[in-house]
Amino acid sequence: MTSTDPAAAIVAPPGVMEPVPARVLSVDKETHDTFTLRLEQPPAMTGFRPGQFSMLYVFGVGELPISISGDPEHPGDLTYTVRSVGPVTYQLVTRHEGESIGVRGPFGTSWPMAECRGKNVLIIAGGIGLAPLRPAIYHILRHRGDFNRLVILYGARSPRDVLYKKELAAWNLLPDTQVLTTVDYGGVTWRGYVGVVTTLFKYLRLLPSETATILCGPEIMMRYAIHDLSARGFQDDQIWLSMERNMRCAVGFCGHCQLGPHFACKDGPVFNYPDIKPYVDLYEL
Amino acid sequence: MVPPALRGSLAAHPFLEGIPEPLLDRLMAMAFEVTFEPGQILFREADPSSFFYLILSGTVSVEIAMPGRVLRIQTVGEGEELGWTSIMAKVNKQFQARSLSPVRAIAFDGVRLKAECDSDPEFGYFIMCRILDVVAERLRATRLQMLDVYSARGGGS
Repeated sequence: MTSTDPAAAIVAPPGVMEPVPARVLSVDKETHDTFTLRLEQPPAMTGFRPGQFSMLYVFGVGELPISISGDPEHPGDLTYTVRSVGPVTYQLVTRHEGESIGVRGPFGTSWPMAECRGKNVLIIAGGIGLAPLRPAIYHILRHRGDFNRLVILYGARSPRDVLYKKELAAWNLLPDTQVLTTVDYGGVTWRGYVGVVTTLFKYLRLLPSETATILCGPEIMMRYAIHDLSARGFQDDQIWLSMERNMRCAVGFCGHCQLGPHFACKDGPVFNYPDIKPYVDLYEL
Repeated sequence: MVPPALRGSLAAHPFLEGIPEPLLDRLMAMAFEVTFEPGQILFREADPSSFFYLILSGTVSVEIAMPGRVLRIQTVGEGEELGWTSIMAKVNKQFQARSLSPVRAIAFDGVRLKAECDSDPEFGYFIMCRILDVVAERLRATRLQMLDVYSARGGGS
């Protein structure tokens, strides 16, 4: 029987509209301002797919969308990498083990792992944009035989802002895997590249027609990266990007994250480039 | 003098992509191979401009030396070029360059290269167009760097 009661239509399962308390397992410092927060996965919550995000709520302070940065095939905990830039993120990264944080989600679309199978995968990350891409990297490494060459290009502001340094170094040693890291400003001890992430494109040895590209970072970085990829023959329909707009409700009700006809929270955050191409270059959108 | 085996490497260098054979011959007559050990200074800021390099392997950092510290502002590597100011009259080196790994490159004397450009407009036009591509690309990269997109205001996750 179908209910016609209007109230019934807005009843959502736990964790969708109402935050579910999750216990903090650990808070680890990644850089001078960025921390990785590991939460115990509430029993009511299902797993997540690479690229999805949660709404994290510090009770009495506020709620923010944060991408999940952990391994999707490691059940039992939820991992988030958070940069402390405001009151809510500060409160998130200063929690202690055993305290509770409210969690809603996971929400949104995911990286197209099925479409990437059998191809080279080019991952382009800028700044903390590496965090939402890390679950995709974990997935590829767990299912290595399903994918061809993996190339990760990562740009950060300076050497002290580089995330997951040990993992990047370890991934670079894996067969058929290449990691190139560049920073905008390097000190004399920095042995890696200096320059914006697009300056690494000249070192790419991937056949564009056999490569799927996924990227996440500041929108302006993604815009220039896509321009350069197109100039090098990479196909628009083989490019996916994560548009991390101002998500509030996370379920497409409030419109804060609207991007043309799309809502970044439910139609995204991961979009196939042709679907949002008209809006990526649009001034003030 | 460049060994004949290096002619292929020179012709395959992206800077010279599509160069007509007669122009390549002229460049070959001026080119010589150089190598640098890691940490070696190729040139310093304000040095009189001397050599223009086409890098075959290895990486070089372009730096600004300041009192008490050195800031790395760019890395150039295989398939790139370094020292384009050597072809400009009355322009000294604007940055310092230091090898980060073993570097192999083809070097050209900037004064001689410029003299060849002046004496043969076809040759000079080809070289100057390529130099302009390099300068334009570096200007674009510098502008993007100046945006400081990864700052707290810049965005990300």
